Amino acid sequence: MNHHARFILGRIFFYAGACLFASFFVLPLLWLTVAPFNTLATLSLSLPEEFSLANFRRVFANTFAIRALVQNSVLQAGGAMVLVTITATLAAYALSRSSIKGTDVITYGLVLFSSVVTGTAAMVPIFLMIHGMGLIDTHVAVILVFTGGLLPAAIFIMRDFVDSIPRSYEESALVAGASPWRVFNDIALPIVRPGMMVIAVWAFVNVWGGFLIPFILLRSSGKMPAAVAIYSFYSEAGTPLVTLTAAYSLLYTLPVLLLYLFVNWKYGFRFFGGIKS
Amino acid sequence: MAGVAFRGVSKSFGAVTAVDDVSFDIHDGEIVCLLGPSGCGKTTTLRLIAGLEGPTAGSIHIGDRDVTMISPKGRDIGMVFQDYALYPHMTISDNISYPLKVRGVSKEERASRAAEVAASLQIGNLLERRPGQISGGQQQRTSVARAVVHKPQVFLFDEPLSNLDAKLRLEARGFIKHLQKRLGVTSIYVTHDQAEAMALADRIAVMDGGRIVQMAPPLEVYHRPANTFVANFLGSPPMNLLPVRLERRTGVTRFVADAFTITAEGWHERLQGRVDDGESVILGVRPEHLALGEADDPWSFPGELYATEPLGPETLITISVGDALTTLRIFGDDPPVVDGRVHARIQNTNLRLFREGGERIELG
Ligand SMILES: Nc1ncnc2c1ncn2[C@@H]1O[C@H](COP(=O)(O)OP(=O)(O)OP(=O)(O)O)[C@@H](O)[C@H]1O
Ligand SMILES: [Mg+2]
Repeated sequence: MNHHARFILGRIFFYAGACLFASFFVLPLLWLTVAPFNTLATLSLSLPEEFSLANFRRVFANTFAIRALVQNSVLQAGGAMVLVTITATLAAYALSRSSIKGTDVITYGLVLFSSVVTGTAAMVPIFLMIHGMGLIDTHVAVILVFTGGLLPAAIFIMRDFVDSIPRSYEESALVAGASPWRVFNDIALPIVRPGMMVIAVWAFVNVWGGFLIPFILLRSSGKMPAAVAIYSFYSEAGTPLVTLTAAYSLLYTLPVLLLYLFVNWKYGFRFFGGIKS
Repeated sequence: MAGVAFRGVSKSFGAVTAVDDVSFDIHDGEIVCLLGPSGCGKTTTLRLIAGLEGPTAGSIHIGDRDVTMISPKGRDIGMVFQDYALYPHMTISDNISYPLKVRGVSKEERASRAAEVAASLQIGNLLERRPGQISGGQQQRTSVARAVVHKPQVFLFDEPLSNLDAKLRLEARGFIKHLQKRLGVTSIYVTHDQAEAMALADRIAVMDGGRIVQMAPPLEVYHRPANTFVANFLGSPPMNLLPVRLERRTGVTRFVADAFTITAEGWHERLQGRVDDGESVILGVRPEHLALGEADDPWSFPGELYATEPLGPETLITISVGDALTTLRIFGDDPPVVDGRVHARIQNTNLRLFREGGERIELG
């Protein structure tokens, strides 16, 4: 009995601790789902007295911010997502399957340097380089710089996926009469597709939330992404208009959520689904 | 249909020579088993035929074509991999018909030919499943089906049965032999299981250290092994090997060891000019060619009983002779009662002699 009581007590403490811990994550999310519908929202969490869409009406009136969200952010995050996913897959496949020695060192080296490349410290040289290429104030510049920064880690992760495919799959396809490109397309690609989806979502989220790089590389307000445009909801004095920022933030998170749900529904985040060996 | 030939083929991986100056001719429609211990170069030989590796030296021929420089795609081969290598994301039907898809066969014909082959291999009811949803034996059949569906000129099997349990293995072995004879396709079958090789092969090629040490029909390899390596590798338990020295005294020829002396009655002529007086040789005799005998029999030698193992239709009796073990296989339902000192008699028509270096001495 005593033993039983102690067990229950232990559980209670465990759940209490877990709840406390979880609240750190849940409260901001809760705020984000409630505040946008409250015309009198403050930074504290409180239920609106009256459920209203007025905040959203004012946000949609800000064409600069809306255009940043539905056009520029989608273009930049989508472009980098496609570029990163395709290049990382091809590079990982080549690195995994080539007989050249030292591909491990190349992969690890790239990952190491990439943390430097995207860091704030590299912004000046990156700016100068993009300037030299005449790409300042273009979407292409933002896409390229993000892609360069994300690729090494993406290659690193993809390589793990490719390494996990037994070579005999591809060899049996070769013997069956397939060309190398066909082997990649018919055999390797479908098997690493779940991995590619992980990379795609991860790359999209990274660019979607990136502030510094577009802020520095872009000039015209017509090209700024949402991460920068959110500052248009700040007052002249530099304090955020809580109501509008909340509404815009909710809109800002929706595409990421939708992308995640879509990928999960279409492919599932299964890692090595179906491979038995 | 076509035969397969190697002409002085070698393959090195850096400092390791996996295949060392190998030449052979495999005839059209023949099934040859490559047999040998782990690491002797069996898989490498198979991969050379498939074109998955290129030889370091020599040339490879399929039919009357020199395929040394031709990619796997151009060789028209069906191969069963050790791990089956079924594509996890495709159904059994798509797996089987993949070689046809690559050849541009229409979707309907692919499905019907896959169904036909699958039915003949008794997996016709699994076509819509995926490889992860069928048993090991069914995966093996699927893999065979994929290898035969496009009617290739040559079949290659790399230990296809090693992942199956003992009962399935016997069943699948008979099935592969039946299929190979029915289709009449030249086949090369890699295994390190000597019973499998004996059962399947028209000829066995025994490999050791990247070389083929003997290539002959199974019974010849079994009864007339080219050297002590082959003698020791085939048979379960393997051939007994007894090191002795030949002595000739006044018309009597003897095999002398520390623990025994055998009088080679009637063998004077056979050994004449082939083995010198005082030369060290190795006697090789299979367990089934040893019987329980008497002390005064000239062809018998003594030992201490070590173990008796009744196996049903036969009994294995192991005796220690000096510091080595010798095994007798006695047929019959009743295990013989033996104890203490045992005399083993050699049926001398089946006695083989090997030089000290291992190679067999051809007797008159
Ligand atoms: N890709 C490779 N790189 C380096 N060495 C290799 C390679 N493939 C095989 N070898 C070496 O060549 C030798 C023969 O290998 P192989 O796989 O042909 O042996 P096997 O007879 O099939 O053995 P097993 O019965 O264990 O499958 C071995 O010493 C092996 O280590
Ligand atoms: Mg092998």
